[in-house]
Amino acid sequence: MSASAVVGPVSVGSRVATRARDWGPSVLLFIGLLAAWELTVRVFGIKQFVLPSPLAIATTWVTYLPELYAAARYTFLEILAGLVIGATSGILVGTLTARYRSMRESLMPFAVAASSVPILAFAPLFNNWFGLDQQLSKAMVAAVLCFFPVMINTVRGLTTVDPNAVELFRSYAAPEVAVFRKLRVPNALPYIFTSLRLAVTLATIGAVVGEYFAAPRASLGQYIATYSAFLNFERSWAAIVFACIIGIGLYLVVVVLERLVMPWYGRDASR
Amino acid sequence: MTSPSAAPGGGRRPVVEIAGVSKAFSARGQGAGRVEALVGIDLSVREGEFVSLIGPSGCGKSTLLRIIGDLTSPSSGTVTVNGKSASRARLDRDYGMVFQAPVLFDWRTVLGNVELPLEVMRTSAQDRRRRALDNLALVELADFAGHHPWQLSGGMQQRVAIARALAVDPAILLMDEPFGALDEMTRERMNLELLKIWDRTGTTIVFVTHSIAEAVFLSTRVVVMSPRPGRISAVIDIDLPRERSVDTREMDKYFHLVTEVREALRGEERRDIDARRVAVEGLSG
Repeated sequence: MSASAVVGPVSVGSRVATRARDWGPSVLLFIGLLAAWELTVRVFGIKQFVLPSPLAIATTWVTYLPELYAAARYTFLEILAGLVIGATSGILVGTLTARYRSMRESLMPFAVAASSVPILAFAPLFNNWFGLDQQLSKAMVAAVLCFFPVMINTVRGLTTVDPNAVELFRSYAAPEVAVFRKLRVPNALPYIFTSLRLAVTLATIGAVVGEYFAAPRASLGQYIATYSAFLNFERSWAAIVFACIIGIGLYLVVVVLERLVMPWYGRDASR
Repeated sequence: MTSPSAAPGGGRRPVVEIAGVSKAFSARGQGAGRVEALVGIDLSVREGEFVSLIGPSGCGKSTLLRIIGDLTSPSSGTVTVNGKSASRARLDRDYGMVFQAPVLFDWRTVLGNVELPLEVMRTSAQDRRRRALDNLALVELADFAGHHPWQLSGGMQQRVAIARALAVDPAILLMDEPFGALDEMTRERMNLELLKIWDRTGTTIVFVTHSIAEAVFLSTRVVVMSPRPGRISAVIDIDLPRERSVDTREMDKYFHLVTEVREALRGEERRDIDARRVAVEGLSG
């Protein structure tokens, strides 16, 4: 346990300074990498279809912003729907599984096995089941990808409780509901949020890759696939940048939610 | 055996009565059948007493404590707490439990942790807060009510755990090596703190420990236990004055009592080694 327990108010100035110190190196590294990329492309005269330069990608990004934005919005809805469906059902099924021993014993091995199956391989089939150019089919790929890690972590979080804590609640003659609400749920939150961080990445992958197989032109996956086929790689890259923005943005939303829901967590561990 | 003047609480009504308690676990994988954790335990703890259970690992002292608290049930025999069965007593919230680990919850403040058992008991919010604050004051941590557990030292965390156990006004406080994880100096300070708390609350305490010094310093009676099978081998009255301080540890009487407990333990140990030697010779012979 670290001794750096923060007691008392911290001035805004010093907080900004701390933030700058925390993030500075990463930001510098990022800019450095972009510069090195740009330089490499120019110095070695790398062809556009092998690797476009960052500046070229940025220019394309700005030029085609309206249609990229439309495509991104289409894909974003799929990702969001997939996340909501997958995470909600994962938490629900996980909770039931943790509650009933018979479900735990029958379902858990199956879930663990299913989570190591390459679910993306089913993407063309999902298109077949839920409609070739429907957003629903891609959302379902994303949902299934999210479901298993969220479900498994929910079960683990609800069941991996300190045996001493369980005895403590027993000594209070606490009803099962109280044990669930006051012990198991708070105990499970870190596990669930860890799986949600994973889920946003998986949902983004699921939706974009699902679109590779079949989707309207105005979707990120089709945008990337189409312009790659035309060897117009800057435009593919510009769409990939959008996909990254969505992925990272959703990840940050989860991080912020995590801080809000469990302000106590991670305080004594170094980040 | 017990002279009324020697044991404070002597003659008062018994809070815990243990009669013929045995506990056997089925040993897994060793083909040994059942392990006798406890055999034929008889013990009675009177109101306001401070009884320590001491003995080597595997003597069943923690198991006995857990049986008293209805965290596990005996294979045979009866435990009566306040005239009720142990399970009835647990449902009536007669117990306060303190473990070796403080078992505080990071998602609650210090105050929130102490309020937890009262919340489970559905005490009104106002009453809950008052009683939690009172008990935090008792362990001298009122100033830390708003802190989180990770901001406290190990000794302070254990004091919060004690305040939490006392918050329900238990008829009996069960402590399972509560200071076992603390350093020697903190431990001695905690011993004094605990005596102060015991003095102010008058709670009956059953205390499991590995430390002879701690057992003698704290208790009105020390129950010496021995392993294989777990049983009570001696009960030693600690007839030190009830008021105890740092000086108590330097009294002749204290040394004599420490020696007495040590010899009771060693006697058991020697018998145990002899028994094992006989067993080994029996096997090789």
